[in-house]
Amino acid sequence: MKMEPNLANSPVIEFRDVAYALPNGQPLLSGLNLQVQRGETLVLLGRSGSGKTTTLKLVNRLLSPSGGEVCVNGAPTSASDVIRLRRSIGYVIQDVGLFPHFTVERNIGLVPRIEGWSPERIHGRVQEMLHMVGLEVQLVSRYPHQLSGGQRQRVGVARALAADPAILLMDEPFGALDALTRDQLQREFLSLQQRLNKTVVFVTHDLREALRLGSRIALMESGRLVTVLPPQEFLRSRDPLAAAYVQAFGDGLDSAASRGAS
Amino acid sequence: MNLFHFLLQNHEQVLELTLQHLWLVGISTLLAVLVGIPLGVMSAHWPVWNKPVLGTANIIQTIPSLALFGFLLPVPWLGDRADRLAILALTLYALLPVIRNTYTGIRGVDAAVVEAGRGMGLTPNQLLFQVELPLALSVILSGVRVAVVVSVGLATIAAAIGAGGLGEFIFRGLAMVNNQLILAGAIPAAFLALSADFGLGWLEKRLRPR
Repeated sequence: MKMEPNLANSPVIEFRDVAYALPNGQPLLSGLNLQVQRGETLVLLGRSGSGKTTTLKLVNRLLSPSGGEVCVNGAPTSASDVIRLRRSIGYVIQDVGLFPHFTVERNIGLVPRIEGWSPERIHGRVQEMLHMVGLEVQLVSRYPHQLSGGQRQRVGVARALAADPAILLMDEPFGALDALTRDQLQREFLSLQQRLNKTVVFVTHDLREALRLGSRIALMESGRLVTVLPPQEFLRSRDPLAAAYVQAFGDGLDSAASRGAS
Repeated sequence: MNLFHFLLQNHEQVLELTLQHLWLVGISTLLAVLVGIPLGVMSAHWPVWNKPVLGTANIIQTIPSLALFGFLLPVPWLGDRADRLAILALTLYALLPVIRNTYTGIRGVDAAVVEAGRGMGLTPNQLLFQVELPLALSVILSGVRVAVVVSVGLATIAAAIGAGGLGEFIFRGLAMVNNQLILAGAIPAAFLALSADFGLGWLEKRLRPR
């Protein structure tokens, strides 16, 4: 599946009437129509079980839709080579999932290695990645258990970006971090995103994080997409669920939204 | 004549039977690993296989060893040579710990790690050989250790069908009511079992993922 790159205005990721049900028939997601544009950070916001993670996993086909179609760069994922597809998409999860028996260097260099890069090129790329996510170069020979939570998550981001994918999927990447580290990583994410201009789908249940990082917020509930709004509009939304979220998170959200939306 | 004297005087035969014993245990363990690990991986990846595979291995384990040797005796080719027979029986007994620990080890690999690997585009084979098996290795090895220790003991019974090994001394001693002869087989066998246990235990500890 080769795609013409001249479709600058077409969505990078598109959900067309997508449904997903468990093998036992229990529906987790239905009637999802959503487009993610090039270079934007789309945040999927919702509580546990609302279908955000399911939606994310449909993009790199860790799950296959039971109805409708998910397209990446215009091609339906069901028709693409799943291994190629996944290697072209960065993936960061909350539990990080670093390989405990690999050093930092091998973790970050994994996709380049299985893609057959030369050792010198991988080595250079790993150095570059470490620098990019603000980690010291001496850490390359460490194992994940020798790192702090924040360092591990940085390695996770570096690993996802190592093969320079145009799309980045992030599933509550900062959820398990302490408030200070989270704040720092969010800030770094914003500056990184300004430079790299990746197409990002970001899952969170934290409205503050959504407002700060997202160019648009897709609110989900019980397997359905409720609304998609830019941060500032989200705060003023009349939608009862969005309003309930805003109320639940209380004051100070305006500043979060404006910090992110700049 | 005390035991020490006996061992010294018959050191050639002791050595020969010990090597024979090691050979029976070594070959059967190797076969059990070659068959058991794939079966364990299979039952871990496809739950349908879990019950039939582990169930069969479990049932084999419950067959009394002398009876199993007896059952296999009339089988053509196998029955021709006692050591073939003994190796097959020992392999069958060693399967259960190998399969079970492979299954447990693979299932025990952190789900987030496997998910990350799949999400990054590792092929199923890359995932198995670069992530799942290395992380399950110490658990698998502890299964192999159990298999070896059990086999060293079981292999003494192989002498009953003429397959040799240290059981030869034991059976001869039993027939002649000679305790020293029994000990001449039992003590080296116990020593083999203990050193295998220690050696593999050491390896297992070294390979445990951090």
